[in-house]
Formats: sequence, C-alpha cells, structure tokens
Amino acid sequence: MNSLIEINNLSTYFESGAGTVKAVDDISFRIREGETVCIVGESGCGKSITAMSIMGLVDEPHGKVVGGQIRFGDKDLLKISKEEMRRIRGNDISIIFQEPMSSLNPVITIGRQIMEPLMLHQKLNKKQAYARALELIELVGISRAEQIAASYPHQLSGGMLQRIMIAIAISCGPKLLIADEPTTALDVTIQAQVLETLRQSKEQSNMSIMLITHDLGVVAEMADYVIVMYAGKIVEEGDVEELFERPKHPYTRGLLKSKPIIGQRAEQLYSIPGQVPSPLELTESCYFHDRCESCIPICRIRQPKLSEVAAGHLAACWLYEEEAEA
Amino acid sequence: MRTYLLRRCLYMLLILIGASLLIFFLYSLTPGDYVDNNLSLSEERKAELREIHGLNKPILERYVNWMANMFKGDFGYSLAQQRPVLDLFQDYIWNSFLLAVVSTFFTWFFAVVVGVLTAYKQYSLLDTLVMVGIFAAMSIPSFFIGLFLIKVFAVDLKILPPGGMITTGSRAVGWEYVAQVLHHMLLPVAVMVLLGVGSLTRYFRSNMLEVIKQDYVRTARAKGLKERTVLYRHALKNAMLPAITLIGFELPGLFGGSIIIEKIFNWPGIGQLYMQSFTVRDYPLLMGFTMFLAILTVVGTFISDILYHTSDPRVRL
Amino acid sequence: MSIPTTAGRPEKAIRALDVSDSLWRQSIRQLRKNKLAVAGFAFIAFMFLICFIGPLFSPYADGKINPANMHQPPSAKHWLGTDLLGRDVLTRLLQAGRISLTVGLASMALSMTIGTVLGIVSGYYRGVVDQIIMRVADLLFTIPGLPILFIMGALMSDWKIPTDYRLYLVMLMLSIIGWPGVARLVRSQMLTLREREYMQAADVLGLSDKRKLFRHLLPNVFPLLIVIATLSIGGAILSESALSFFGLGVMPPTPTWGNMIDAANNVIDFEKRPWLWIPPGLAIFLTVIAINIFGDGLRDVLDPKQNTSR
Repeated sequence: MNSLIEINNLSTYFESGAGTVKAVDDISFRIREGETVCIVGESGCGKSITAMSIMGLVDEPHGKVVGGQIRFGDKDLLKISKEEMRRIRGNDISIIFQEPMSSLNPVITIGRQIMEPLMLHQKLNKKQAYARALELIELVGISRAEQIAASYPHQLSGGMLQRIMIAIAISCGPKLLIADEPTTALDVTIQAQVLETLRQSKEQSNMSIMLITHDLGVVAEMADYVIVMYAGKIVEEGDVEELFERPKHPYTRGLLKSKPIIGQRAEQLYSIPGQVPSPLELTESCYFHDRCESCIPICRIRQPKLSEVAAGHLAACWLYEEEAEA
Repeated sequence: MRTYLLRRCLYMLLILIGASLLIFFLYSLTPGDYVDNNLSLSEERKAELREIHGLNKPILERYVNWMANMFKGDFGYSLAQQRPVLDLFQDYIWNSFLLAVVSTFFTWFFAVVVGVLTAYKQYSLLDTLVMVGIFAAMSIPSFFIGLFLIKVFAVDLKILPPGGMITTGSRAVGWEYVAQVLHHMLLPVAVMVLLGVGSLTRYFRSNMLEVIKQDYVRTARAKGLKERTVLYRHALKNAMLPAITLIGFELPGLFGGSIIIEKIFNWPGIGQLYMQSFTVRDYPLLMGFTMFLAILTVVGTFISDILYHTSDPRVRL
Repeated sequence: MSIPTTAGRPEKAIRALDVSDSLWRQSIRQLRKNKLAVAGFAFIAFMFLICFIGPLFSPYADGKINPANMHQPPSAKHWLGTDLLGRDVLTRLLQAGRISLTVGLASMALSMTIGTVLGIVSGYYRGVVDQIIMRVADLLFTIPGLPILFIMGALMSDWKIPTDYRLYLVMLMLSIIGWPGVARLVRSQMLTLREREYMQAADVLGLSDKRKLFRHLLPNVFPLLIVIATLSIGGAILSESALSFFGLGVMPPTPTWGNMIDAANNVIDFEKRPWLWIPPGLAIFLTVIAINIFGDGLRDVLDPKQNTSR
C-alpha cells in the first residue's frame, strides 16, 4: 500500500508563562491509504497537538510547529500557503473532535453546517448541497433527515451530534479522517454506534483514519497499526496484533495490563504508578524512567531512540538496545 | 411565560408610579415656578393663572390630578409655550430621533467591525491602538468635544455649520433641504458616535474573544471555511446574541434625545427643548419630559428582557 | 485547542509557592508589568501633585483681579494667558483641578460607602430590607442620571444655596446617582459568595454574623470594590464638569474645570480666546483617560473573572 501522509520529525512547542512546553517532540510516522492508525497514550502526551499540527490549526501565538515535515501527496503541509492549507482542510483531510456538544455552532442549523463545506469545496449550489446533506445524515444512520437538518444542535443528543460531525467530516470525501477521542464524551452504548458509523464510512470510501484515543478497547476494535505516545514522543509502534501480543516498551505493557479483561476477575485493576512528568521538567533521560518497573541506570541519563525490535515493530527502550551497556 | 410577563408588567407599573412620585415631589420642592418668575405679570393675572392651572391646590391633589391626566395620555400643559406638552414633544422628537438613529447605526457598525477585527488580532499593534482609542472615547467630556469640533470645523476651517438643523433663514425644500440637514448633522452625529463607540466596541471585542475560544469556531476552521466566514458568520452570530438585549437599552437614547449634544449644537430636538424649559422653569414640560424618559427606560428594559428570552435558540423552547 | 493539560500543573506549582507572598504584593507586581496602567497611574499622581502643590509656587496664586492685565494670550509670563479679570489661567487651572479632583474623590468615597453598606445589608439579610433597598435602586435607574442631576442642580439654584456650599451638595448629588450601581454589584457578589463552600463551613463552625461578614465576605468583595471605585472617580469628574459647565454645579468664584469651560459660552471667548476653555477640557480628558486605563489595569489584576479587555 502507498503511504498517504508522512510525518517526519514533527515538533510543536507551546510557550507558557513558565517556559517552553515541547508538546510534540520530534516524532515521525506515516499512514497508508485505507489504513486505520491509532495513537494511544495518557492525556497530555501530545496526541491532540499532533492532530492539530497536521490540520494547521495549532493555536497561535502560544503554540507553533517549530520543525519537521508533513508530506501529503506531493506537498509539504508545513510549507504551503495558508490559503492552500485552508482548501485541504475539510476537503482532503477532515477532523472530528471529542466534545460533540460544543463542537457545533449553537445558532446555525445542522443542515446549514453540513452544507457549508459542500458548497465551499465541492462547489455545489444550495439545492444540491441540501440534497447531499440529507443523504449524509441518513448515511450516518439518522432517520428523519429533513427534520434533523432544520434543527439546532441543542435539540439533539451527544451521540447524534457526533454522527453529524462525522457526516460533516466525510461530506467532501476526504482521504484522511482524523478522529480525536471521538467516543470519550459519549455513553458506552452510544460509543459502539459511533465507532460503527466510522467503520462503515471508511469501508464506503477507502479513506484512512487517524484515531486518537486512550481507550485500548477502541484500539483493538478499530486499528490496523498502533502508535504509543508518551510525553510528546513515540515510544512504541507496530501492527495491532503484534503490539497487543508482544508489547515491548514497559509503558505499553503497563497500558495493556491496566485494561480490564472481560471474563477475568482481578483483585485490583493494575495502574501505572506515578504521573506523566511535567513537560517543563524534562531532562535528558527516558521520560518514563521514574515510573518504569525495569528501569536501568542508563535510562536516567540518556534518551533511547526508536528502533526496530522485531519485524515491523519499533520501540524506544534501553532494554532492547545492544549498546545499552556501552 | 405568561405569568412571567404579567408579573413583569405589574412591576413596571409600580416602578413608574414610584418614578412619578419622585419626579413630582422633586419638582414641587422647588420654590417658585413659571408664574412666579414671570415679572411681566400682574398680581391679579398671576392669581388667575394659578387658578386655571390648579397651582393653588394642595400638593397631593395636584399629584393625583397629574397622574390621572397622564393615564389619559395628557402630559400637562406648557406654561411658557402655551401648548400641551405632548404636542411640543411631537414637534421636537423626530429631530432627536433622526440624530439618534443615524448615530446609533454608525456606532453599532463601527463597534461590530472594529470589535471583530481586534478580537481576531488580539495583542497586535492595531489591537493596542484600538484599546487606547476606546479609553479615549470613553473619557471625553461630551460638551467639550462638541465645542472643540465646532471651533475647529466651523469657526477656524469654516467647512461645517456651527449648529442648528438648517441654515438660518433658509427656505430650502426637497433635496436641497435634505442636503442642508445632512450637512448640519455631520458634527453632532460624529460626536455622538465618538461618545458611544468606545464602550460598545469594548463590549463586542470581549464577546468575540470569548466566542473565538469556543469549540465550534475550531470546527468551522477545521471545515476549511474562509477566515472571514468563520469570524463574521460563525463567531459574530454568537457574539451578537447577548448584544441583542442592548437594543432595548437604546430606546431612551433614540427618543429621549441627547440633552448635552442638542444643546451644544443647537439642534431643535427634545433635549434642547428640555434645556430651554429649564431656564424658564417650565415645570409641566420638565416633569413631562422626565416622566417620558422614565417610561422609555422602563419599556426599554422590558424589551431587552423579552429579547433575551426569545433570541437564543437554546432558550427559545 | 489549548496547551496540553499537563502544562497547567507547573504553573499551579509556582503559584502555590507564592502563597507566602501576600496577594497585594503579588497584584502590584503584576500591575507593574502592564505599561499602559503604570503610565495611567503616573499621570494621575502627576495631576494630583501639580494641582495641590503647583499653585504654591505660582506668583499669581492669590487670584487678584487685575483689569489692566485682562485677556492676555499665552506668553512667557502667563503660560496659558489670562482671563477677563486678569487672572493667570494656568494657576486657575491648577486650583480648579484641586476642586475637580476633590469632588471626584469625595463623591466616589461617598457613593462607595453608601453603595457598599446598602449592598451588604441587602445581600446579607435579604427579605424586606433587601426589597426596599433594591426597589429604590431600581427607581434611581429608571430616570437617566443627567436629568436628575440637572433637576437637583436647579433646586440648588432656586433655594439660593450659597456658592460655598454648592460644592458639597454637588458631591452629595453625584453619590446619589452613583450608589445604586455599587449596591447592586456588591449585593450580587454577596449572594454568590454566600453560596460558596467556605461560607457554609463558617456556618458549621457557628461563627457570628458580624464575624462572617468582616472576616470572610468583605475581603472577597474588596478587590472588585477598588476597581469600581477607581473607575467611578473618572465618571464623577465627567458628571461634575458637565453640571458646572451648564451652571448647575459648582459656581464661580470657586473654579472647577467644568465651569472654566463656561467661557466658551461667550462667543468672543469661544472664537478668539481658546486658551480660556481648551486647557480645562484637555485636563478633564487626560485625567479621566488616565483613570480609566489605570482602573482597567487594576481590574485585570484584581478581578480576573470579570476580565473584559484582555
């Protein structure tokens, strides 16, 4: 499969009153056509900032993409003009967010909000756009499309709104759909419906999905490929089966261990001790060392590089480095 | 909703009765009135006039009469001008309204545009300049800026008239009349816009700053909408919503005239009428005018309340 | 999109370290970073100094009438010229500044005191007392401030109040207009504060009403009050000047900035002798703008919740 988007050495920093926060620190990965890549990690590890960096929507002037390359087709998204980027957003790459309740404009009708990108990117006229909007509403599994199109966001439930968000995101037939914690804010029963909607939309159009989540259940269900992030860095990545069956990095192992397994009773659910380190206090070391059960001396003084530990399986951990002793 | 409206109306009535008491007794505290101050009248004539206008009756009876007449739509009879107060209002009020409606329009227009631009470019040079401008506009003594502009544009540069609504002695009609009025309006409107634009711009700027932080603005950008569309359709619509309630509060300003501006620019409006009546202590007119303002304020507040409850689709249900 | 959640933590940690530092010192330090507010404060201080001390160094401070010297344009001897009685305009401007600034300060103090006391009483005891106070406030809101001021000014004239006393009555009039706003604000703050947990904790501890009021509630309303107080000085100076300009406020021979501009009501003075009325107008404008900018800076520091500008 051809790769659709390639992120090389992306770094996004934020200036806060107390110093520079390296929210995303020199990460590289790629997403192939039709593939679903999941990015997992605790909150604050840089997953969402990665997504916003790809969209070109990092909050300026506080935050800034300071380096790297985002290759999409024959373009580098970090080099092209704002206007060109705007034409890609919502058209070739689209995104849905965590909070469906607040992500739609409260004073504009649902129909109008779906029609907007269609009229803008696909150059449909009002009538065509409206007809297409109704199709899209039905496509994401909501009946009474006309009634829904005329209603305002506050009149719908969270699950419905998230499906409307999906309808908006897929309206222009994007090549890549970024879903930033799309189910986190929803009830468990609704979560499955929304994921199903996502999967169906993907099957119909062969788009790629970059799914950001901290829910390993979602990962197991949706992912082809998994990337684990910790404190702004990628610590492990690989195919979903490989990674779930043979996790290498102690952090990934911890995450997998803390996931409840249905049918198995445990005395107490496992949780990784400690907290994500403050991004301001990071020093040259493995950022995970003070929470790690297998910490060795070198972990405290040098940072491990991401390298292949098995075929198609990368991890950044001194435990797998030959030179660890050197 | 119906009980709410009913309660609200009842309260409005009570407040207005309170206001009428305050106004009436404030004026009747004053020693002397138009009849007293008028030296050209003989003692007999004064007594006669008092009898006609009921000025010699006990104060409470006078108040009750005044109130009763007001309910009938009779705001009193101007002694100085020998005409019913309401008739006089009708002569002057539309001049005031013209001035107010034009300046209100421009005030809102500038405030919205500048508020949106500065909120978008927060912390930029433009933003800082506008902030200083806002403070300046909020700190100007209205009568002084009026005088100052008359001095510059009418006295020194001689490009604008110093006051009035038409050139003195002019008998212009039709388009010529309109042109003259426009020419005379320029300065007073400019001053009124200047005086009002500061706080309103600030209001819109902070509303916009609040709105552009919202998730749905991020969504609008993520859809690839043009920044103009994001700001003026998605953000402004939400920022305008709370501003709709301000429309009611503009009511006294629209019909009540601007006392200071009309006085300075000699504009034949209701505020100017008020100042004229002040010098001759024409109490029926002064009381009528103050009561009129109170009614406008109360009704305006009521309208704002209703607008607040109906404008937002989230609370409409 | 905001800074990642963990970014908030170190800031909080830093803030926690500062607890030993008093809130006031911290606020002042923050305020000093706002250059515009510092400039505003410097100008206000300058204005006070020059108005209260300046006339002491003026050779014309006695205000002696000198007909031979009337209507002089600005010169090296009289920087801002002289008026129709031959008095030095600059000296008079500073003396007027004393009165105008004092009126601003005093009426602010008065309306703040009345408003705060009534607001606290209203918000704390609620019930009938609250109803009465708030209805009166509503009533005063119903009639726009300017006409009320004008009526009261006219009353003063008709009662033939000696000009010396008018000054004090003007302060009183301004505070009659000013207190309802303060009272409403304080009351609403009281109502929200009452519901807070620590107030309920105070209830549980059985603290007396008075203690609750002064130890817990007042310190919480205080920052907000300082901000309103600052801004209301500017408003009071503006109102006083309008009133005095129309001859309904403080009257000559007591000079205020407002009644100095009264010179503009004379056609010749207005057209030919701008030094008589432009300087007091500028003085009002600059003082009020400095107060507003400083007040806004204070608001940013003391009342971040209500932050309207930045």
